[in-house]
Amino acid sequence: MSVQFWTWLLVGLTFALYFGIAIWARAGSTKEFYVAGGGVSPLANGMATAADWMSAASFISMAGIISFSGYDGSVYLMGWTGGYVLLALLLAPYLRKFGKFTVPDFIGDRYYSNTARTVAVICALIVSFTYVAGQMRGVGIVFSQFLQVDINIGVIIGMAVVLTFALLGGMKGITYTQVAQYCVLIFAFMVPAFFISMQMTGNIIPQIGMGSKVEGGAFLLDKLDTLHTQLGFNEYTSGTKSTWDVFAITLALMTGTAGLPHVIVRFFTVPKVKDARKSAGYALFLIAILYTTAPAIAVFSRTNLIETVSNKEYKEIPEWFKNWENTGLIAWSDKNGDGKIQYVAGNALSGKKPEYTDARGANGERVVANVSDASNELYVDRDIMVLANPEIANLPNWVIGLVAAGGLAAALSTAAGLLLVISTSVSHDLVKKQLKPDISDKDELKVARIAIFVAILIAGYFGINPPGFVAAVVALAFGLAAASFFPAIILGIFDKRMNSQGAISGMVVGIVLMLFYMMKFKLNMFGGGTSADWWFGTSPEGFGTIAMCVNVVISLIVSRLTPAPPQDVQDMVESIRIPSGAGEAHDH
Amino acid sequence: MSDKQKHASAYWKENIKYLAILLVIWFAVSFGCGILFREELDQFRLGGFKLGFWFAQQGSIYVFVILIFVYVRLMNKLDKKYGFDD
Repeated sequence: MSVQFWTWLLVGLTFALYFGIAIWARAGSTKEFYVAGGGVSPLANGMATAADWMSAASFISMAGIISFSGYDGSVYLMGWTGGYVLLALLLAPYLRKFGKFTVPDFIGDRYYSNTARTVAVICALIVSFTYVAGQMRGVGIVFSQFLQVDINIGVIIGMAVVLTFALLGGMKGITYTQVAQYCVLIFAFMVPAFFISMQMTGNIIPQIGMGSKVEGGAFLLDKLDTLHTQLGFNEYTSGTKSTWDVFAITLALMTGTAGLPHVIVRFFTVPKVKDARKSAGYALFLIAILYTTAPAIAVFSRTNLIETVSNKEYKEIPEWFKNWENTGLIAWSDKNGDGKIQYVAGNALSGKKPEYTDARGANGERVVANVSDASNELYVDRDIMVLANPEIANLPNWVIGLVAAGGLAAALSTAAGLLLVISTSVSHDLVKKQLKPDISDKDELKVARIAIFVAILIAGYFGINPPGFVAAVVALAFGLAAASFFPAIILGIFDKRMNSQGAISGMVVGIVLMLFYMMKFKLNMFGGGTSADWWFGTSPEGFGTIAMCVNVVISLIVSRLTPAPPQDVQDMVESIRIPSGAGEAHDH
Repeated sequence: MSDKQKHASAYWKENIKYLAILLVIWFAVSFGCGILFREELDQFRLGGFKLGFWFAQQGSIYVFVILIFVYVRLMNKLDKKYGFDD
């Protein structure tokens, strides 16, 4: 049975499952809609958090990025897991005790200021919208690559699915659907990994296989390092970034993780403070399963790729190569006319993506218009490393269908979590808290549902017309969270003297610096610049670390120059440091 | 300071102590072993892995998970000691 058949079957079955859960979990009150009624078990919450966290990027792109970056890819591995330690130790228990519904709630109440609340809402909206555009795009890509459906139709189908379980159930529906989605995505990620690890190293556990020997007696990583240096690449295990930049990016990602509203809000849904801590532990354990497998997949697929294509004749290349060439993720140009694929260091193209013509070359390859002068002849889109891995390893068709279902589960679960943050920012933080405080529970629920609906339309629009700078903007989301939310929340909990003026100044400066740096180096504004112009040799992805430090310094200075917070706020800080007596989450 | 406040203060102090220790380990295993001292550690091997590389791509993640569960246990005990477990 064909790949298409299996893909439709598995995707269809998983979607039916999500619908079923959505109907079962219909939300009837704002408490159910915002925090799932506050009664989610730590394990279920951990699974939902893990699914919410692992987006299309984690599932599809990350292994591919690591595959092409080697050691440098560690920034994502450590950056996107280390933040959970920060969450568990420094945020989750205290925010749960605080007991409200959203992050702007905490910022607004702790800093006794609607200005602070509004700044927080704007940040939350920017961060969440940029992220969700990427997810919808990911949904479209999976549909177009696996189901031969036009990418825009794929986005619309994705929108409809998310709409159903998010609209009906709010946080409750989303949480339990995410539990199911975790199961699907982890199964879909691990099955190919087990197969390939077994094939290449004789060890079925990818984490161990990565450090094992291959046929011929050499260790896999040593073999890969040698292959790399032979072709002019840096050693896989050494990478190319400076130590400072690796440090800065990792720290920015970790603190950004701990500052993302859609992650933080996941800890408002458990019954007690100690459940919040445990839930963070479960979440990281479940996330770690994928995150320790991904670097193994990166090594397997990188080795496979090089061995399969390097210096081989195009005419003898396996079928998968030509399939992916047809869908636009591989491009080859015979620069030296020998009919063989030379894959070496350097950019094969001028520009980021191949611009195909309709012609076919002497060997039957698709002719590309934007070929560069470098000797490298081969362009490979990094997303292939996960998507094509099962084909490269000759795995059965149902495995390939499973990968599609898994990728969709990852994208939809994250999109849902983000959309909920967007909707609660509007209905709860803007409408209920600032514009119309006497709004009834029922009406607030209505506003929340309308907000989700509108947010999905906007997200879908960006999925269909992605701004060219989606990747830059997702990096901005982390930098913003690191530069604004993370310090504001941490100082709010651990520094009783931190006041409204300090926090707001810090947040504003952090955000402005971050935006400026991004616009200058990623969007070429304010004179643009290259890596030679980076401040202290810090890339835009790492700049969140610097912006965060500036935020902290400014907050501390300004708060000491202005009056201390009112007594009731100081009492509130004392109270959230004590775990017992955490009531059900409430909204005033 | 009332007794209740002294009690809460003492609890908080012990809490901070645990946090400090755990965060030092968090930093050491990721930024230390995986980044700052990676090249030095790469001279050692763990099976087929260079040690620094292993910390950066796998080892630190395992330690993170353990750290959180150690924290959960420590805090559950602390909460009980101070009568804050409910």
